Amino acid sequence: MNRTQKQSRFAIACLKAVAGFVVLILAFLIGYIFITGLPNVSWHFLTSPAKAFNAGGGIWIQLFNSFYLLVLAMIISLPIALGAAIYLNEYATDNWFTAAIKTSIEILSSLPSVVVGLFGFLLFVVQFNYGFSILSGALTLTIFNLPLLTRNIEDSLANVSDDQRQGGLGLGLSKYETIIHIVVPASLPGIISGIILCSGRVFGEAAALIYTAGQSAPALNFMDWNPFNIDSPLSPLRPAETLAVHIWKINSEGIMPDLTQVSSGSAAVLVLAILIFNLSARFVGRKVFERMTSVK
Amino acid sequence: MIMENQKLAKQLMKKSKTARYERFGRLLSLSALLLIMAIVLGIIVFVASKGLGTFFKDGISFKDFFTGTLWNPGTKTPSGQQAVGALPMIVGSFLVTILAALLSTPFAIGTAVYMTEISPKRGAKILQPVTELLVGIPSVVYGFIGLSVVVPFVRNTFGGSGFGILSGTFVLFVMILPTIVSMTVDSLKGVPKFYRQASLALGATKWQTIWKVVLRAATPGILTAVVFGMARAFGEALAVQMVIGNAALMPQNLTSPASTLTSVLTAGMGNTVMGSLQNDALWSLALVLLVMSLFFNLVVHMIGRKGAFKK
Amino acid sequence: MQNTTELNNKPKRFIYDFNPEETEITMQTKDLEIYYGKNLAMHNADLKFKKNTITALIGPSGSGKSTFLRSLNRMNDGIATVKGEILYQGVNINQPKIDVYEVRRRIGMVFQRPNPFAKSIYDNVTFALQRRGVHDKKTLDRVVETTLKQAAVWDQVKDSLNKSALSLSGGQAQRVCIARALAVQPDVLLLDEPASALDPVSTQQLETTLRELKKDYTIIIVTHNMQQAARLSDYTVFFNMGEAIEYNKTRKVFTRPKVQMTDDYVSGNFG
Repeated sequence: MNRTQKQSRFAIACLKAVAGFVVLILAFLIGYIFITGLPNVSWHFLTSPAKAFNAGGGIWIQLFNSFYLLVLAMIISLPIALGAAIYLNEYATDNWFTAAIKTSIEILSSLPSVVVGLFGFLLFVVQFNYGFSILSGALTLTIFNLPLLTRNIEDSLANVSDDQRQGGLGLGLSKYETIIHIVVPASLPGIISGIILCSGRVFGEAAALIYTAGQSAPALNFMDWNPFNIDSPLSPLRPAETLAVHIWKINSEGIMPDLTQVSSGSAAVLVLAILIFNLSARFVGRKVFERMTSVK
Repeated sequence: MIMENQKLAKQLMKKSKTARYERFGRLLSLSALLLIMAIVLGIIVFVASKGLGTFFKDGISFKDFFTGTLWNPGTKTPSGQQAVGALPMIVGSFLVTILAALLSTPFAIGTAVYMTEISPKRGAKILQPVTELLVGIPSVVYGFIGLSVVVPFVRNTFGGSGFGILSGTFVLFVMILPTIVSMTVDSLKGVPKFYRQASLALGATKWQTIWKVVLRAATPGILTAVVFGMARAFGEALAVQMVIGNAALMPQNLTSPASTLTSVLTAGMGNTVMGSLQNDALWSLALVLLVMSLFFNLVVHMIGRKGAFKK
Repeated sequence: MQNTTELNNKPKRFIYDFNPEETEITMQTKDLEIYYGKNLAMHNADLKFKKNTITALIGPSGSGKSTFLRSLNRMNDGIATVKGEILYQGVNINQPKIDVYEVRRRIGMVFQRPNPFAKSIYDNVTFALQRRGVHDKKTLDRVVETTLKQAAVWDQVKDSLNKSALSLSGGQAQRVCIARALAVQPDVLLLDEPASALDPVSTQQLETTLRELKKDYTIIIVTHNMQQAARLSDYTVFFNMGEAIEYNKTRKVFTRPKVQMTDDYVSGNFG
């Protein structure tokens, strides 16, 4: 074996080691989070409210807030992202206007989430006077979510064969009808995967929320589902610390005695939720596709 | 016959419901797009107008802001100026970003090369999901692990409190790794197959092919990936804030408590009153963040324009 | 020597003309010019299409036959620039005032690859009607049955109308697509190589279907398959290089072509 071949062998061995190292990092991260965290996760932990000064607090309200904010943000951002994606993929022609729009979406997607959060703070919390609230948080998360969701939907639309559009147009349907009733349903598996993936990202986001949804989770009255009452879980104007914000908050200034247990437990729940989002994104999309192509 | 024709012509010329619906739908989707554009403009205008207030309303000079090393807005420096020197945070942000990128890039390229050139099968089956999961882990969780693993590790190995640039670098290293990996993979996949075949046919070893042909051809894409990674590192707030120590001081060494633009912002925004100098100064930091983010975008665009693959 | 003379005596183009007194013309093109950007893709194509006949458009790929076909129901809008007149029952439909959606409803189209929507078979057929405000269940049921019968696929799918149309075989899917086009009651049917993705058996069934449909519709079909054109059509147009070279009764085009180029093409000596 000559020198260059030896060199090649050695380099490739190094590459394998590097790749292995990256897998190890992830294994360590996931392992650490679950091994230290899951023992602290109990039914009681998931279903009882947090305690600021004593041990034995849970994360129920934070968990609820996270999901509530996620759902609201998705409801607001989905029609906007869908509309934007439709225009970009179906109508936009190659001109300066399209280029400007694409650039602004790129800018938005690479903006630090803390900047988005500060903008939300300025506009929703201060200017619109919504205060630290679910509403401010959901609107800010919408801004955070829009670029990625738009791109995901755009990609799914682009994957639909042009034959489908031709089919609709050939029947005398308008382009828009064709898009809404034929192209979008045909791209549903991709769109759903995209929504779930984005949900995972939104669910774990904290920096955009600390100055919009706030850092406190006041007690909620789970018997009262009237959104106009301030201690109703559905009230859009109450402050709502999410699970991700909770982890940051207690690690920065928490003083409860079981701080480590609570934060490792919270982190485990958060990562578990994200893992579920990630795995189901593949699974659900495929299932939807199977349903669409087979017997109803 | 002519009568019939006119009747048909009339029917065909009537603007149908479908045509109106089309116009409505097109307008609707366009307005969604314009809304996004307005938001982006809004963010830039709002943050800029707030951030510039420090200089134009409160009369702080750019020089003091960008070169001053004492950060304690509301108080004065020994020489009598307002203590709004943002240099420690700017240095902190750049340091963690550059160090993390330096550390991450070789690992990321190595992993990406493994995924595309050496074992595409295992790459798709194991490393692809691994990078996706790494991207998916929320930054507070990285911060939490940084706090409970990296900081003690740095403390035990290098001494000091463990909080500081080094811990921030380690945390960011893992956070930007998947970003760089997945984008590098894309650009390696963009290198045409016949480049590799031609090189191997000339008798080059696999490694020579990778090193001299594939990586060379994919360089613009890899650069873009690294810039994206740096943009992510520069803008990352909570994970860094949790491990860097949050002392608005010029970093003395890699293990002394320091701060970044984002860490001061997240820690400070809640404790200031809107409109005060303390608050305005924070918005100036946000503006620096925003401008840097725009700058990273510009760089990516420029690389893209120069290095686009000609097929 | 004699060959050359004969060749020179043959015309460069031949376009059959109908006796306007005796025949009813459903579609006609006049001074048609189609441009892709600045490139002229089609000219010299003043053709008439007789009611209740099948006209086949043949020619090598790139000859412009599909481009021509797609112009007839304005499917080239936004893709190509079409100049000249396209008369549908005497009305020029190639003008801005015309409602293109109504045009396409009356001049239906079936495409090269079967393109059923990701919906049930029932919804595939009735979808366009529903969008036009027809929601009466009885009417829709009747349309589904008639059109699927017309398209000769009723017996195969009548028990699975709620099944996704994506699960159908190519031949069945294509015929559901024909039923779908028929459901909006067009009187012209344009088919763009409808059998090119089908197996021989499905192709034969499709041809039988089209022969049946001729009674009620004017059919114009693009095909790359000369046997198919010969078997199926009453008239044939041969296109080449963006021009209609020869238009005549099918039998004549295939047995005694008037233009040498057509002769070369149908006898396989082309190129």
